[in-house]
Amino acid sequence: MAAVTTAPARAEPNLLIRIASRPTALAGLIVVTVIILLSVLAPLIAPYAPSQLAVRDRLQGPGMAHLMGTDELGRDVFTRVLYSGRTSLTVGFAVVVFASAIGVTLGLVAGFFRRFDAPVSRLIDAMMAFPDILLAIALVAALGPSAANVVIALGIVYAPRLARVVRASTLVIRELPYVEAARALGVPTPVILVRHVLRNVVSPLLVQATFIFANAILAEAGLSFLGVGISPDIPTWGTMISVGRQFLDQAPWIMWFPGGAIILTVLSLQLLGDGLRDFLDPRLAKDV
Amino acid sequence: MTLDADTILSVRDLRTWFKGRHSIAKAVDGVTFDLKRGKTLAVVGESGSGKSVTSLSIMGLLARPGAIESGQILFRDRQERVHDLARFSQKQFRALRGREIAMIFQEPMTSLNPLYTVGDQIGEMIALHEPISPSEARKRALEMLRHVEIPDAAGRLDDYPHQMSGGMRQRVMIAMALACSPSLLIADEPTTALDVTIQAQILDLLRRLQDQFGMSILFITHNLGVVAEIAHDVVVMYAGRVVEQAPVMELFARQTHPYTRGLLACTPDAERDLGSEGERQALYSIPGSVPPITDLPPGCAFEPRCGYAVPACRNALPPLVKAGENSISRCIRSHEI
Repeated sequence: MAAVTTAPARAEPNLLIRIASRPTALAGLIVVTVIILLSVLAPLIAPYAPSQLAVRDRLQGPGMAHLMGTDELGRDVFTRVLYSGRTSLTVGFAVVVFASAIGVTLGLVAGFFRRFDAPVSRLIDAMMAFPDILLAIALVAALGPSAANVVIALGIVYAPRLARVVRASTLVIRELPYVEAARALGVPTPVILVRHVLRNVVSPLLVQATFIFANAILAEAGLSFLGVGISPDIPTWGTMISVGRQFLDQAPWIMWFPGGAIILTVLSLQLLGDGLRDFLDPRLAKDV
Repeated sequence: MTLDADTILSVRDLRTWFKGRHSIAKAVDGVTFDLKRGKTLAVVGESGSGKSVTSLSIMGLLARPGAIESGQILFRDRQERVHDLARFSQKQFRALRGREIAMIFQEPMTSLNPLYTVGDQIGEMIALHEPISPSEARKRALEMLRHVEIPDAAGRLDDYPHQMSGGMRQRVMIAMALACSPSLLIADEPTTALDVTIQAQILDLLRRLQDQFGMSILFITHNLGVVAEIAHDVVVMYAGRVVEQAPVMELFARQTHPYTRGLLACTPDAERDLGSEGERQALYSIPGSVPPITDLPPGCAFEPRCGYAVPACRNALPPLVKAGENSISRCIRSHEI
């Protein structure tokens, strides 16, 4: 028994260290962090103001004065890419939060309470049957184009995916002995839902959230490009591409750089999400 | 609803049925037994005999389509009030579970939430039922860990379940169950998943805690060796019915139902199974298997497997009759066995 008395502090290596051991996930994490920092610190980094006009310098190629060239009104593309990042990332993040609020609630209810499972699941199926972007366009058209409405529309579009993940995990956790044990010891249902079920759903949820973050940025760009998203005078990567398209043959850099920013952000978020899934997914974990 | 003063739980003619579209599974069909204050009653039977459904009926944890069809479950709480749990709503059960009746389960490895420390989980239990501060809850949790004899309890308080062995986790489960000193503890095969030396330790601990806390224990098991260790009285179940009931000494001295005799013969015994010249005897097993409870024969459910069966066994369900000094048996030949 002597060996038992000194309980070793067996610390699990923390998540960041484990992510660092995998190069693709680490690359994703670094690039995402850099992009977020660049966007947050845009006012400090950007050499010009985002809507500072310089008509004489319009459609200049990338060079020393303008790192990424200028657009049709002589505005600095580098500056605008940085500022657009703020909008795009904010929209992406807001979509994740909003979609999670709806999706987690629906998923928990469907997964935990048997009698709500069929109706909620059919609702989720019906929503998933719509093509994402089409549903988003229809919702924005109905609500009116504004940043807030884009968030609401995309949140509704992505909520069913989260609901599915949460429902599936909840179905598994609901049957675990510690949930029954909690019930047998008189723990009320709301406490079981939050403390025992929701806490254990967080891992798959986090993984899905990174994918939805990436998709939302892409979808927001798509909506803005199609002109049903955020109004063109607020710089987002989508609106920049939408405007730049008209100058594709004279000044392709107006599209290149915001396009590259979207690709880089989405790619690195996906890499990070893949990494997180490998580390956090209970089905892949060695022991729970 | 009258109950002897020293009886804490009285199950009377309980029927818990699972109604399907085409058939009814009578998982528990007319079970009656009493549990005395501060005593341990073992419910014994093989898989599918209805012993776990009986305990879930008492806890109000039946999953649909299972439901109590008829019967009474009388329970005396700490204020000496008698309740019929068979008619309880989920809300009434919630007030009772943990505080008056607690339960421990078979799987100590998965009965604890992997995300919280054991101190946290025991503390949560207490805080749910009593208005105390987090630091007090922590102190009480430590006290409970000491009660269940976990070495270096203070150092173990902040351990996660995965840092503990199966026996340790079962001790933590017992600590959680007893945290609010319930008057009835239902233990559903709490030692089945543990190896034999740990089993003995846990049984020992339960016995000591019973002396200390004075709770009654309803002990569900299929292991007669465990019964001999811990029980005062024994109920043997077969296919949803009680087939024999006796004080533990009487049961082991003389079995009055062929099924109990068969169960006992299934227990390995080194002296008996290794013959005088060391040749191995095959381990005895009762021939056949439990009949499907959706389709029981009209007579004795054990008759198809019984070595003592006579044609009369097939005619009608044998009643429970007095078979020994304090024992009853559901066998028409109980006096000949």
